[in-house]
This record gives sequence, structure tokens and C-alpha cells, in this order.
Amino acid sequence: MITYILKRLAIAVPTLLLLVIISFLLMHAAPGGPFTQERQLPPAVLANLNAKYGLDEPLWRQLVSYVWGIVAHFDFGPSFIYKDRTVNEIIAQGFPVTLTYGTVSFVVAVVLGVALGVSAAIWHNSWLDYLAVGISIGAQVLPNFVMAPLLLLTFTWWLGWLPGGGWEGGDWRYMVMPVIALSTSFMASIARLTRASMLEVLTSNHIRTARAKGLPESQVILKHALKPALLPVLSYLGPTFVLMITGSVVVDFYFSTGGIGKSFVDSALNRDYAVMLGITILVGALTIFFNLVVDILYAWIDPKIRY
Amino acid sequence: MAMLEITDLAVRFATTDGTVSAVNGVSLTLDKGETLGIVGESGSGKSQLAFAIMGLLAKNGTATGSVRFDGQEILNAPRKTINPIRANKIAMVFQDPMTSLNPYMRVSDQMAEVLTLHKGMSKAEAVAESIRMLDAVKIPDAKGRARLYPHEFSGGMRQRVMIAMSLLCRPELLIADEPTTALDVTVQAQIMNLLAELQHDFGMATILITHDLGVVAGFCKEVLVLYGGTVMEKGPTDPLFATPSHPYTRGLLAAIPRVDQEEEALHSIPGSPPNMTAAPKGCPFAPRCGHAGEDCLDHLHPLSEFAPGRWRACNRSVEDLA
Repeated sequence: MITYILKRLAIAVPTLLLLVIISFLLMHAAPGGPFTQERQLPPAVLANLNAKYGLDEPLWRQLVSYVWGIVAHFDFGPSFIYKDRTVNEIIAQGFPVTLTYGTVSFVVAVVLGVALGVSAAIWHNSWLDYLAVGISIGAQVLPNFVMAPLLLLTFTWWLGWLPGGGWEGGDWRYMVMPVIALSTSFMASIARLTRASMLEVLTSNHIRTARAKGLPESQVILKHALKPALLPVLSYLGPTFVLMITGSVVVDFYFSTGGIGKSFVDSALNRDYAVMLGITILVGALTIFFNLVVDILYAWIDPKIRY
Repeated sequence: MAMLEITDLAVRFATTDGTVSAVNGVSLTLDKGETLGIVGESGSGKSQLAFAIMGLLAKNGTATGSVRFDGQEILNAPRKTINPIRANKIAMVFQDPMTSLNPYMRVSDQMAEVLTLHKGMSKAEAVAESIRMLDAVKIPDAKGRARLYPHEFSGGMRQRVMIAMSLLCRPELLIADEPTTALDVTVQAQIMNLLAELQHDFGMATILITHDLGVVAGFCKEVLVLYGGTVMEKGPTDPLFATPSHPYTRGLLAAIPRVDQEEEALHSIPGSPPNMTAAPKGCPFAPRCGHAGEDCLDHLHPLSEFAPGRWRACNRSVEDLA
């Protein structure tokens, strides 16, 4: 098991390097640059700027010095747009915000999604099942960029219950709407996955054995059916968790939460190379890490899986 | 009063193709310590009969009639009535040991929960008793193996675990639903010998469901032959096999391959089991029966005693078949 984990972590290094190289090349292949503006800068100014940020050097040297900066000093470079800020600072400021509302949203989505899915499966074809399926389809077809303004209209404009934006160090009032907007569609997917898989498990032979033991139905579900029913859901949760904690541009935009979701999209629009790469690496590293976590959890749940 | 009294039990399933009648009006009684074999082809309703007794029918299934156990009605009984009986008074061994054990739980845990539930034992006592029972079903190194998961056992060993689990509460009735179907022939014999031995030692009544007539002959005192969910013939094993009184039983017996006869072709009953969505009005076996007439498609003579202890349902008399 330990060797397996070490092996997986070792493979993560070349994977990340590959991610950096490909993103770096794609980024530079796109036309324009950080200093491209509608009004052309005088060539001398542009040349100075390029020289300052090392953009006049050949691509491979830029790449090498970028990677070396990370490996040697954990330095992801300066932002090309926000003159006095480094990428490390931007991520250090934005990531805790997205991590906070992302984790809360994840917990909400998993708890509600699993509960909804399990109850729908237990009371299959009852009004509760139809309600759960209705909610999850509704929640999935309602995109968060539609939901966010509707939430703002309702809770801030009409009811005046919640502040319309900001973060305030994660005060719960500022977190309610971001969490609803971010978690709803994930909750819906989790509910549908759980329901389908629970329905299948409930007809399996070992559940019939559990019932033949005379166990109350609650124990049949909790002790015998829940684990196998959650296995397929688990593989969905790894990437989902990463998606949620690396934020959502919609949430950051509508609720002015100041997370890295917005920085990521801004950086792409501004050709802010270093910020874009920095966040890409963060997402990549988290994805690799949580896929590993999921695989370890699999081995913990299913005794047939051994590494 | 018999221990188990089944009266006019019928099982139907609502499917998209219409109603399937899996069991049609089966009645039987069983006393303490008795052994009954229920024999029939695949799809004859024998497993559904067992599931109906235990209240384990699939969600789209409904059972009518009556099942009384020690005088108490248990058919369609609410969970609070049936749960204290399940595994405690009536235990079941299922067909497929590969999938009938919980793959995510240690064998000791899935066995122990039966005892903590019904006998109020502590976890440690229950595990100790489970290990004793694994020993009784001749699992070598029972103590060490109890900590393993089902996938670490072979098929035969898993069925031994199933049997040990079913016997934990010393049930009055054991229902074994094709306990050897999924196993190798050599292992089948071991499991049947084990069951026979345990049945003798524990003295519980046993219903053995099988399509293997050889197994029935060695194990059961009484046999019930089921076809299309209907009882064709029932009676004590030896005379039933020596002088089968029903065309279907004769067909079944003739279909057993024999090594002492130099016949080229294997015998089979022509045709295939009936489609139960359109349950025939008369005898379900009529379309495949060499003795059937027009009347057989229309009605079936009800099950009646034609010799002491022997019952048959057929429009032709025993003499007619000779």
C-alpha cells in the first residue's frame, strides 16, 4: 500500500511537468500577449516590457527558467498585469476563499445528494422518488449563471435577507448564496448516481441474504447496501471536489467573493501567463492528489481491491 | 398441528408483459424434523415458493393463500412479525454462494450479526459461536478464516459459510434453495453429505429445492414435483421414484442420463416449460404430455390421494398410463 502511494506520487511529477509544458506551449501559441492592447504601445516600450519579464528570450529558456523557479524557490513568477503582485500572492489570497466555500459546497452536495438518492431508491416509484428525480433534473438543467442572479434577486433585492456580495473573511451570511449556486448541480448529479446505484444494489443477492437474516430494513440499508452503493459515486467525488475547491468563475463574478475562479478566467483573457500557469498547476496537482485519495478510499471500502 | 402449513399459495409477478403466475395454489405441510424435496425444472416456481414463505419476493411479486408457521400466519406478515422468525426459526441457504454473501464484510461479522440480533449475544460471544459453527461445517482453521472476506473462499467453502450462517440460531426449518447448483460435482457431493449430516445432528425440518433427482433420492423422505407452479405429484420418495404416477415425473426420471445403459441419445421431455404470462387454464404440462387429450387443455383434475400418502394431479388414471 505504502509503495503504491509512493509510486503514484512519483508518477505525479512527470505528469505535472507534462501539464506545464503543454499549457505553456498552448498559451504562447495563442495570438496576442500580456501587453497587447487596443492602442498599440510604442515599439520601444513594448520591447522594454518584454525584456523586463523575459518574454524576449527563446521559448525554451522561458520554460526552463519558469520550471526552475518553481522547483528551486517555489516561485510561480510575477503577474504580468498586476504590476506589484506575484502569482504566489494571488493564489495565497484567492485560494483560501474558494477552498472554504468549495469545501462547504462539497459537503452540502454530498450529504444532500446521497440522502436524496438513497431515499429515492428505498421508496422507489413513490412520490418521494419522483420528487427527488424532479429536483435533481431541475437542479441539473438550471445552470448556475442563471441561478446566481435569481438568488441575488430573491434574497438580496426582494427579501433583503443576505448581502449581495463580498466575503468578509467567510462570514456565513456571505457564504449562503455562493454555496447554493455552486453545490446545487453537483448535488443533483450525486443524487442521481446514488439512486441508480442503490436501486441496483438493493436487488442484489447479498441484500436478500441480509433481509433473510431478519435485520430491520434500516440496518439492511446502512450496514449492507450503503457501501456498495457509494462505490460508483466515490469515483465521481474526487474530480468533483477539485472542481469545487478551485472555484467557479460564476460564483466569484456574481457574489464578488474574490476567489481564484475569477483570477483564472481573467488571466486567460489578459494573457497573464504566469497566473494562468500557476492556477493550472494548482488544479492539476489537486486533481492528481484527490484521484489518489479516491483510489485509497476504494481499497479501504472494497476488500477485493489490493494494491 | 403441523409446524409448517401452506394452503393454496399462489405467487404472481406484475411485469411489463403482463402478470406472471409463478406459483399456482400449492398446499403442503411439514412436521418437525421432516425432509421435503421440491423438484422441478428451471422456471417451475420452486424458488419463488421459498421466497414467498420467507417474505423475500421481489417488489413486483404478490403472494396469496396462507403460510402458517407454528400456527402463526407469516405470509405477507409485517416486518415486525417476520423478522424475528427469519434466520431464527426459518433459515435459508441460497443458490449462489458467490453472490449471496456480503463481499464487503468479514465472514465473522456477517455471521455474528445474526446472533447479536436474535440471541442478544455480545459481539465477542457471537464471533466465538460463529467460529464454532464454521468448525461444525468442516472449514479448516475456522478461527483464522473467520476474519477473511468472502472472496478469499472457494465456492464450496462459501456455501459452507452460508450453511453455517443459516444454522447459527438452530432454526426449526431450513430451506435450501438449490444449494449445490453453482458448485463442482465433487463439491456438490460434499455439501449434500454435510447437509444430511447436519440435518441429522440438529434435527431441523428441511425443504430442499432442487432439479437434481439424485440429490432428492438421497436426502428427502418426501418429494413434491412442481411444474408450471402447480403440484403434479407428491408422496414418499421411494415409491414415487419406483412407480412414478405422473407423466411429468416419468419424463423427469427418464431424462436422468445413465451410465449402465448403452444408449446413444439422451432422453429429454419434448417442448419447453410454459410461458407463465399466459398460464394455461388446464394442465400446464399438457402441451408436452404424450397422454394429453382435449380435456387436459381445459381443466386439471385437482391433486388427490390415489394410494396411502401418495397424491397426484392428472386427468388420466394411473392404469391409463401403463
